[in-house]
Amino acid sequence: MRRRLTPYLLILPGGLWLTAFFAVPLIMMLSFSLMEGNLIDGFAFTFHWQNYTEGLSTYGDKFVRSLWYGLLATVACILIAYPAAYWIAFKAGRNKSTYLFLLLLPFFVSFILRTVSWKFVLADDGIFLGTFKDWGLLNEDFHVLGTTFAVVAGLAYNFLPFMVLPIYVALERVDARLLEAARDLYASRVQTFLRVVLPLSLPGVFAGVVMTFIPASADYVNADVLGGSGNVMIGNVIYLEYFNNSNYPTASALSFTLMGALLVGIFLYARLLGTKDVLEAAGR
Amino acid sequence: MTENQVVLPAIELVSLVKEFTAHGETVQAVKGVDLRIGEGEFFSLLGPSGCGKTTTMRMIAGFDEPTSGEVHLHGENVTGVPPNRRDVNMVFQSYALFPHMSVAENVAFGLRRKGVAKDEVTRRVGEILEIVGLGGREKRRPGELSGGQQQRVALARALVNNPRALLLDEPLAALDLKLRQTMQVELKRIQREVGITFVFVTHDQGEALTMSDRIAVMNDGRVEQLGSPREIYEHPASKFVAGFIGTSNLLSGTVTELRDGAAVIGLGGDERIVVPARTTKVGSELELTVRPEKIDMRTEEPDGGRSRVRGTVTEVIYLGTSTNYNVRTSTGAEVVVFTQNASNANDIAVRGDSVWLSWEPRHSYAIGA
Ligand SMILES: Nc1ncnc2c1ncn2[C@@H]1O[C@H](COP(=O)(O)OP(=O)(O)O)[C@@H](O)[C@H]1O
Ligand SMILES: [Mg+2]
Repeated sequence: MRRRLTPYLLILPGGLWLTAFFAVPLIMMLSFSLMEGNLIDGFAFTFHWQNYTEGLSTYGDKFVRSLWYGLLATVACILIAYPAAYWIAFKAGRNKSTYLFLLLLPFFVSFILRTVSWKFVLADDGIFLGTFKDWGLLNEDFHVLGTTFAVVAGLAYNFLPFMVLPIYVALERVDARLLEAARDLYASRVQTFLRVVLPLSLPGVFAGVVMTFIPASADYVNADVLGGSGNVMIGNVIYLEYFNNSNYPTASALSFTLMGALLVGIFLYARLLGTKDVLEAAGR
Repeated sequence: MTENQVVLPAIELVSLVKEFTAHGETVQAVKGVDLRIGEGEFFSLLGPSGCGKTTTMRMIAGFDEPTSGEVHLHGENVTGVPPNRRDVNMVFQSYALFPHMSVAENVAFGLRRKGVAKDEVTRRVGEILEIVGLGGREKRRPGELSGGQQQRVALARALVNNPRALLLDEPLAALDLKLRQTMQVELKRIQREVGITFVFVTHDQGEALTMSDRIAVMNDGRVEQLGSPREIYEHPASKFVAGFIGTSNLLSGTVTELRDGAAVIGLGGDERIVVPARTTKVGSELELTVRPEKIDMRTEEPDGGRSRVRGTVTEVIYLGTSTNYNVRTSTGAEVVVFTQNASNANDIAVRGDSVWLSWEPRHSYAIGA
């Protein structure tokens, strides 16, 4: 009897947690997204699906931009994280955990603080740009803040750990003898990487992409702090509609649209890589 | 080709030394190994764990570069050549199969890297999988195979490349006893079939004795003895080899007489030990070994010019097909005697009995003389 109950007991805390803080709000938001009205007159549930179509037509460009920035940031993260994780996993010897810790050290500082400090570093007359301008190396009106580059770089920087860790874990699990076996079987270093290391680390890259792309696309802090009027992401719109305009229905509808877009995106991505491998990867 | 004379060395190791530095300390894992391994030989490196077998092997394969000394493959100095450009293949103890590839892809890996034509790859992969008894399992992943089957894939993956030599590092150590014995026979058959030089690393003396053409017994980074299984078993060159290979009895005494290239250790009365020894003098201490199965044990006095010692049975261990007796000799040595249990025989002696031990002088071996 006790044995049959054990699985349910194990899932109980997590299940309660998810129900209270994920499912309930989600359903509330879903009903908001189909409401009509304003803060003063109150909101009424009227199946007002126009919230979705209007949101999409008004802010379509912001959606596209968000997904595009998310993609750019994710690619940048892979390019930075993979070599670093590779080096730590295979070349760092006994000091692996030290290097990993150093790489993750900035992320012990609050997300907002980090982003704000970037603002100082990248400021038009800050320590880099200001100095270079004083030396005459840069044009006086050269700037980084308020550009796509600044926002994407900020996103990539902020979500880097979510890429480094899963890739590192995947690489760390690759048996070093497999590399020797490949070398023994006439593979060059490059072939060994392409045929053995890369395929075996793909599950880690996959996990990293999911964990980076989703929060990066939905982020609003980086666009707010580092971006300009031309870098507004959908997260900023949702924030504004909710907290400034108290337009809960539109904010909710936009949130659900973003969620749907991300779910479809990830699903297609999983299909592209072969669902079987993804499930296998998750099961490993 | 006699056993010690190698016509064309497939592998030649010249004063091979390997040092590792760990925690600021330098350890010599291999302390000067010279070996010539012949074409088509089944050659074993035998020794206890940590004696440098794997390190020696890794230097042949090219994973580790020697601190000093040279590795020659078929007369060519390959020291410093990376492993992918050495014509030897390794079978790893852990198999090191690529988990994301099928059996066929694993086996084809080397041929593909060498740029062998597609049709030929398919044909050769099929052939070798037949030889190792894995026909029909091409599409499986390594994770779906048993330990023994994985072992065969590892073997096929190396053999399919037709290497000049195959290096096997304790390939059977992970298998259970029964499977290990089957694979020993299989390996021997496959080696005969393909005619490739096998360098076989093991810490299991029984395995080395049954499978090898020649054995190098290693201890503490050095080769202690090199020879055929019979030579090594019957004439261990050192106390270490005698102790490591099988059970061996160690006796010692002062030489009292030299006679026809043999030393005689007179023990007073009717007792004496005769052992072939050329370089010893009267009055010097001599150590010798005798295998337990070479000793004849009886209650009445033995005849002739054999070595003969009195003793007392201290233990009788019945093992079914044989019985082991532990005997304390009159010189104070502990000696083990194996006797086959013939159909009619009762036990020769029981605990506490006085017995005579005797053996042919040529079945004993003086250490270092
Ligand atoms: N990479 C290494 N770094 C430091 N010491 C090593 C290394 N590889 C082997 N050794 C040491 O060298 C000795 C021989 O090891 P090895 O060749 O693996 O022995 P065997 O295969 O006979 O068990 C051991 O003392 C081992 O600790
Ligand atoms: Mg070893």
